[in-house]
Amino acid sequence: MNIGDVAVYESPILGAASYGLMAEFESAQALVAAAHKAHAEGYRKIDAYSPFPIEGLAEAIGFHKNRVSLVVLICGLIGAISAYSLQYWVAVITYPTNVAGKPYHSWPSFIIVTFELTILFGGISAMIGMLALNGLPMPYHPVFNVPEFAKASDNKFFLVVFSSDPNYDAAGTRSFLASLAPRMIAEVPS
Amino acid sequence: MATNIQVPAADRRVPVIAPGHTFHTITEKISNIVLKRPLSLGWIFGFMIVFGLMNVLGVALGYLFIKGTGIWGINIPVGWGFAIINFVWWIGIGHAGTLISAILALLRQTWRNSINRFAEAMTLFAVACAGIFPLAHTGRPWLAYWLFPYPNTMRYWPNFRSPLVWDVFAVSTYLTISLVFWFVGLIPDLATLRDRAEQPWKQRVFGILAMGWRGSARHWHRYESAYLLLAGLATPLVLSVHTVVSFDFAVGIVPGWHTTIFPPYFVAGAIYSGFAMVLCLAIPIRVIYKLEDFITMRHLENSAKVMLATGLIVAYGYGMEAFMGWYSGSQFDSFLLWNRLHGPYHFWYAALLACNIGIPQVLWLKKFRTSTGWLWLISFVVLVGMWLERFVIIVVSLSRDFLNSSFGMYYPTKWDWMTFAGTIGLFLTGMWLFVRVLPMISIFELRTLLPESQVHEAAEVKQ
Repeated sequence: MNIGDVAVYESPILGAASYGLMAEFESAQALVAAAHKAHAEGYRKIDAYSPFPIEGLAEAIGFHKNRVSLVVLICGLIGAISAYSLQYWVAVITYPTNVAGKPYHSWPSFIIVTFELTILFGGISAMIGMLALNGLPMPYHPVFNVPEFAKASDNKFFLVVFSSDPNYDAAGTRSFLASLAPRMIAEVPS
Repeated sequence: MATNIQVPAADRRVPVIAPGHTFHTITEKISNIVLKRPLSLGWIFGFMIVFGLMNVLGVALGYLFIKGTGIWGINIPVGWGFAIINFVWWIGIGHAGTLISAILALLRQTWRNSINRFAEAMTLFAVACAGIFPLAHTGRPWLAYWLFPYPNTMRYWPNFRSPLVWDVFAVSTYLTISLVFWFVGLIPDLATLRDRAEQPWKQRVFGILAMGWRGSARHWHRYESAYLLLAGLATPLVLSVHTVVSFDFAVGIVPGWHTTIFPPYFVAGAIYSGFAMVLCLAIPIRVIYKLEDFITMRHLENSAKVMLATGLIVAYGYGMEAFMGWYSGSQFDSFLLWNRLHGPYHFWYAALLACNIGIPQVLWLKKFRTSTGWLWLISFVVLVGMWLERFVIIVVSLSRDFLNSSFGMYYPTKWDWMTFAGTIGLFLTGMWLFVRVLPMISIFELRTLLPESQVHEAAEVKQ
């Protein structure tokens, strides 16, 4: 489902000390260019980290579509269907009450609760779906072992090639990363 | 070709972020308020006041739970009184937070980014204050869960044709989604605080809250989808909440309530009072925390313009009510108009017209929109005016309905006032703590406002 996070995380190479190689860049522009080059070089198990969303960065590492909107659509529909069927069941089947001679199935009155629960289910699933697909909460991740990575939430930009990539090779990947003119290259201990 | 590019009009205005900032200075300036800034005497002193006021709420509610709603001024015919006035007022104030975070996000208004976070916090505290009133007004709040549909031994179910039940769903959905929206917006900033905190306990607390956010491109991709979807869902939600609140009135047959103009007029009024509260909070906060670089005159002026526009919609609503009083030919509707102008509450109606329609018209003048002192004062007047509007709608209509024999005056008691003051205390206590424990401006969204955050596709293709 998610090559970058899950597959790598589930298949640690036993005995291999390195989780991957991390290169630090000064600007968003440099990171996007580096990500494009790494992808063009054939690296697929790569990830890029930035302190804010960068347009085109996910595409640069080969991540084009996410399923958050599908999750929200499905959960929103579940919300709508369950709200309407609950009201129908209550008002028509289990507890029919004559209110001012209105029909039991007075559907216009049921629209509002249906609408609200659509939003409620959709909204909550947007948060939970986003977190779950991202594999969060995740208390530990090897990239945090690199001290410079603290800047990933401030003003620095990082590209990581994971050691699980078939093209990964400690020396070759390091020299490839060096050719991208990063500020520094660090090994990510697993 | 490049020389032909016109300078967009926006560039000639006050910028949304003062020049000279980098990613790091933004991070530093906002996160230091939480992590480094020592507690000042002023903060502690202010906190004691607002916290004391919050305790007034505890006393007022405690006594209410012992004695019942008889301690309030409500009676028959005026059964709604302060509880519902304050409920509508507070929930209306909350609306600006969602408007700023959701609707302005969909409209790609960059000026929202400096004020959305604390406007959303304002929404949460305002809705919390609002929620207290209908619960207390039920008289037996420990049975409030009866409002929700759940299988029970009484074999009883709510009546889904009632606007009061719709309200339960609308308000609880609104509170939940506001909380979700606010928290999702906070996650990347919590990661920033985690990475910048020096004390281990702070690292741990922010670390748990950030849930391991590491700013991966895949994470951001999904994050942006989720945020956009939440904005898209919250936009109709915020419009629906005050619409449903207005249905509580409009579905009733009382003169002055039973009108189709209520939903749009309530929503406009909600945004009106909400922006007034945003300005009342933003103007002192930006000075105290020296955030003039991020909350610029552009933000204040735009908020003032939104206030002016929504205020005019509200004025149109008043005009239509008056017109329908005459045009409907209904003696009860025309009596309502006469009663508002000349009845026992005429002073409050006049004050309402002055506060909501008269005084805010000075916002047409740039001088008043760009003077923080005046703007604060006008916003305060609007808050008072919008409270009076709900007072007039509820009390004037209920105290004089169809039959002379059911006429009756309403006088709030000290417990009514204490409950109201107490919720102001609760609201301010929440804000007081919020500005010191969480980043009050979205750090990562401000970073995206800097030109360096933009990546030029042309440069990539060349390589």
